[in-house]
Amino acid sequence: MYKNSINFMLLFSRQGKLRLQKWYVPLSDKERKKISRDLVQTILARKPKMCSFLEWRDLKIVYKRYASLYFCCAVEDQDNELITLEIIHRYVELLDKYFGSVCELDIIFNFEKAYFILDEFLLGGEAQETSKKNVLKAIEQADLLQEEAEAPRSVLEEIGLT
Amino acid sequence: MALKIVKGSIDRMFDKNLQDLVRGIRNHKEDEAKYISTCIDEIKQELKQDNIAVKANAVCKLTYLQMLGYDVSWAAFNIVEVMSSSKFTYKRIGYLAASQCFHESTDVIMLTTNQIRKDLSSPNQYDTGVALTGLSCFVTPDLARDLANDIMTLMSHTKPYIRKKAVLIMYKVFLKYPESLRPAFPRLKEKLEDPDPGVQSAAVNVICELARRNPKNYLSLAPLFFKLMTSSTNNWVLIKIIKLFGALTPLEPRLGKKLIEPLTNLIHSTSAMSLLYECVNTVIAGHDVNGSPFLPPFSLALFLFLRFQLCVQKLRILIEDSDQNLKYLGLLAMSKILKTHPKSVQSHKDLILQCLDDKDESIRLRALDLLYGMVSKKNLMEIVKKLMLHVDKAEGTTYRDELLTKIIDICSQSNYQYITNFEWYISILVELTRLEGTRHGHLIASQMLDVAIRVKAIRVFAVAQMATLLDNAHLMTGNVQRKGICEVLYAAAWICGEFSEHLENPMQTLEAMLRPKVATLPGHIQAVYVQNAAKLFATLLKNQEGNTDRTAAQETSQLMIDRLPLFVQSANLEVQERASCILQLVKYIQKLQQKDVEVAEEVIALFAGELNPVAPKAQKKVPVPEGLDLDAWINEPPSESESEDEQPKAIFAKEEPKHSRARHTEVDEKELAKRREARKQEQANNPFYIKASPSSQKVYQEAPGVEHIPVVQIDLSVPLKVPGLPMSDQYVKLEEERRQKERVEKKKKEKKKRKEKRGGRGKKHDSGPESEEDITPAHMVDIVTEEMPEDKKSSKHKKKKQKREKEEKEKKKKKKHHHHHHHSDGGGEESVQNGTVEEEEPLPVSVCHQSFTEIDIQGNLQDGSQVVVSVIFENKCDNFLKTMEFNVLDSLNSKLQRPEGSGPHDGLSVPFQLPPETRSSGTLRLSVFVIVFPQNEDSSTHEKLDFKLHFTCSSYLITTPCYSDAFAKLLESGDLKCSSVRLEGVNMPFHHLLARICFHHHFSVVERIDSCASMYSRSIQGHHVCLLVKTSGQTVSIDAKCDEPTLLGNVLDEIKQTFSQC
Repeated sequence: MYKNSINFMLLFSRQGKLRLQKWYVPLSDKERKKISRDLVQTILARKPKMCSFLEWRDLKIVYKRYASLYFCCAVEDQDNELITLEIIHRYVELLDKYFGSVCELDIIFNFEKAYFILDEFLLGGEAQETSKKNVLKAIEQADLLQEEAEAPRSVLEEIGLT
Repeated sequence: MALKIVKGSIDRMFDKNLQDLVRGIRNHKEDEAKYISTCIDEIKQELKQDNIAVKANAVCKLTYLQMLGYDVSWAAFNIVEVMSSSKFTYKRIGYLAASQCFHESTDVIMLTTNQIRKDLSSPNQYDTGVALTGLSCFVTPDLARDLANDIMTLMSHTKPYIRKKAVLIMYKVFLKYPESLRPAFPRLKEKLEDPDPGVQSAAVNVICELARRNPKNYLSLAPLFFKLMTSSTNNWVLIKIIKLFGALTPLEPRLGKKLIEPLTNLIHSTSAMSLLYECVNTVIAGHDVNGSPFLPPFSLALFLFLRFQLCVQKLRILIEDSDQNLKYLGLLAMSKILKTHPKSVQSHKDLILQCLDDKDESIRLRALDLLYGMVSKKNLMEIVKKLMLHVDKAEGTTYRDELLTKIIDICSQSNYQYITNFEWYISILVELTRLEGTRHGHLIASQMLDVAIRVKAIRVFAVAQMATLLDNAHLMTGNVQRKGICEVLYAAAWICGEFSEHLENPMQTLEAMLRPKVATLPGHIQAVYVQNAAKLFATLLKNQEGNTDRTAAQETSQLMIDRLPLFVQSANLEVQERASCILQLVKYIQKLQQKDVEVAEEVIALFAGELNPVAPKAQKKVPVPEGLDLDAWINEPPSESESEDEQPKAIFAKEEPKHSRARHTEVDEKELAKRREARKQEQANNPFYIKASPSSQKVYQEAPGVEHIPVVQIDLSVPLKVPGLPMSDQYVKLEEERRQKERVEKKKKEKKKRKEKRGGRGKKHDSGPESEEDITPAHMVDIVTEEMPEDKKSSKHKKKKQKREKEEKEKKKKKKHHHHHHHSDGGGEESVQNGTVEEEEPLPVSVCHQSFTEIDIQGNLQDGSQVVVSVIFENKCDNFLKTMEFNVLDSLNSKLQRPEGSGPHDGLSVPFQLPPETRSSGTLRLSVFVIVFPQNEDSSTHEKLDFKLHFTCSSYLITTPCYSDAFAKLLESGDLKCSSVRLEGVNMPFHHLLARICFHHHFSVVERIDSCASMYSRSIQGHHVCLLVKTSGQTVSIDAKCDEPTLLGNVLDEIKQTFSQC
């Protein structure tokens, strides 16, 4: 029904804990939960040396493991698996650049940042910016905007202790 | 006020922030749910405060909890509050929360429209960006409608950062609010040539996605994309464009020709595997559509084929790569080729066999799929031998079972077509029985039965093998894990009984069949044992009565009488019944034997006659006895509660009785097998599916005896080798020798022949590799799927050849036809643009160097009397066209819609200018009052160009989906008039036929059953048109119903015309 390059993206740990989820197709919470549960189980059950693609329901699943995290995208039947893999890798690179050799904890504690980066990279299931530099520039500038707003209002200042 | 701020800040100091929450959850691993529920209570408190910073913090935490699977829909309104904060920091969090938590049914979305609009027009580009990103996740039809204009304006924003996002989100807006596509499209098209590569690639993305849904509307963009394809260096963009062309080429075959060169260049030059893979896939898919009505001319096909070979070569490189992913994709693409070009794949057998050794199971399974289509008489043994090695090596039952079924599938496909030596096959089957823990005992058993029954020459061998199996039955029944395999004994017992005359040592087999251990087998197998023991007994009696010593015969009877009571006690009714029946019989025989009466002949008469297999279609050949009317109702037909699929038939009056029979026969089996396969696949991939385990056989184990005592089974991990069982490998060698011999003999014969008629035509240089046809099978299979048993002498190979010849002839015909076609359409190069012209059959008139092409006539659903005509203006001369005017002479029944204030004969000025050698499209609206007649619109102004618009009735039809129950109700209402038409000599597959009707006449398929389909469409003035299309052979009959008979008649005429042109 809804054609979309990427239907959703999931990040989960080796223990099967969801670390990030982004849905580009409208689904109810219940469906989302069921899909992510099924998929996490399926992927974790695969052996480490297996290839990154599997056919799952009517979707193609492309996943890759980076350290303790699995990155997983679901794409349509006609989509290109290799470019999807590249999208995953590109996102990991972006996280890595932003956090400076990213680890699972970075994504857990700064999950909103991870989302912001993803949103600058993909929009509505399509890659919106193929240049890493541009993505990071946008994020940095938006962050700067945020800090400008926050900086002069440190809590102590506000209650007049300084 | 100041105090309030201070108070808020202090609160903030003591609030948990996100990091605290995450840490807290990690520290409360044991009582996570409890901890989180206290956190949610805190968050609820925080949300009640006025301080926006506190609220934003709370919302941020909620977003995290949502990801963990907690319901946060109750906080939707608070999220909207945070979204509307003027500070970017909070706004960003608010939009993130909304994009994660909102969906279409979230009611507060209604409240956000104005806020989003405000953010979209914010001077800060990041405000706008955040709003666009959020919107892309939760856009609803209402939001799409209200904001479409704002987003469209953003597509021309000064910052590429915003333009790019706006373009991408337009796709979502189109999906939710399709009416926005028409006004937005020109601007979207402009973006294809945006100076910023990011915006350009976004526009390519969106148009490609749109074209995937509805390619025909985007054919006109082909030249533009072609330019982009040859100039772009961005792989992401190139992949999208190639995909787009993949969708367009089936509609415009000439495009394929143009694409060959750039695609080939890319294949040769690119270093990006993703791009290479895309190109190869597109070429393969393009090669696929050759079967469609758009067959390219012969020379082009050949040209394509060469490219195709290149692709296969490239795939080989992918498969040879050490990267698992490339290997997998290579095999995947190969399997697509296999369907259309098995020969091209066969030459890579070595490579695919290598993949069976891969450590990745998914790659091995892909390779197995490929092997199925690759076997031939020549390589079957070799391939199966390789597979058998893998069976031995395979760890994990799932993969081993998969191998087993594949081996059997491969060998048995198309009536054992590729098996030349059945002794070898039986040996393979016997070897397979040594597998531990397989679920497919039943499959092996049915193969054994099938082969033994149908290949008469193999029976002696099969019986000997089966006797050995029965003798060693303890190997199969001993182990709990091997329960599945004991099904094989069913086949073994039956074969030994039925063909007992071939047994070497029947006494030993009889004893094996009557062992006490047999009582532990499942009931249905025991029943077969008992029955076949009786057959065996009959054969034994016959042998023994021939001897002078009568004691042997009496001992046999005694053996039966001793052992059978065990079965009489069986809990299984079938076993019990057979056993007691036979026991009484043997007792009677024993009585006669004691009186020295010869009984063997009479006993054997009990089992006389051979059981022959019957073809599934054999019933069809039995003539219906006179006076029996199969179509007549036995009881009164039920009035209301008819089954659903019967309905369309009952309603259309003229139904030929023939159809009812043709409907259910052959298609079902294939379809079922396919579905079963799909289901199996799904189940195999679904870890939650409880797979049928061999232990499900326990039901049969209710028999009294020892198995209630728990016995620890010894699990042997080494496959058991049974002495005396054959090894299939030896046959591979034997077969080689046999073929060698045959070849030599043939050569001898040929030499003789050649000597006889010297210089005759019979020259055959056979020094090269032997061809498929030269290998003669050692045994013949009785083919009973198509023919009645009396036909079975005719060898299928002959039939095959005839069929192939026929096909070839047909192919040649087709080629000729298309060659001709090519010539008739003349200068093909330039007219890629005119692709749809052929289809729509308007009359493009080209005067001077300007051309004018109608591309689409479509009714407007909102206004029942309006028709929109899209036209393409093309300037073929060197001059710049500054103004153009467009006019149609109004007729009684139609009127050009002119802007207010203009006179009834004024033309419409075309709103664009045409530089030389360009095209552009425009639309004009016409009012039509009566739509039930097709019309011709003439125009003749003093300008340059005359044209004629042919308005077919079909263009007033709107494709409207219809559910089968609504359809049935409509037909039952009785308001519709009926009419029908027959088309002869339509030579195309049924689905093409339906597609053609859908495409040209705007129908939609309501339901399709085999070669019968119901279709529906609605006119712009609300007339219902229903069709029932049926096909048999080359005849298509269309029964139609409509509330307006004139319209119906005209639509049917048009359909008829469409098919008379093909």
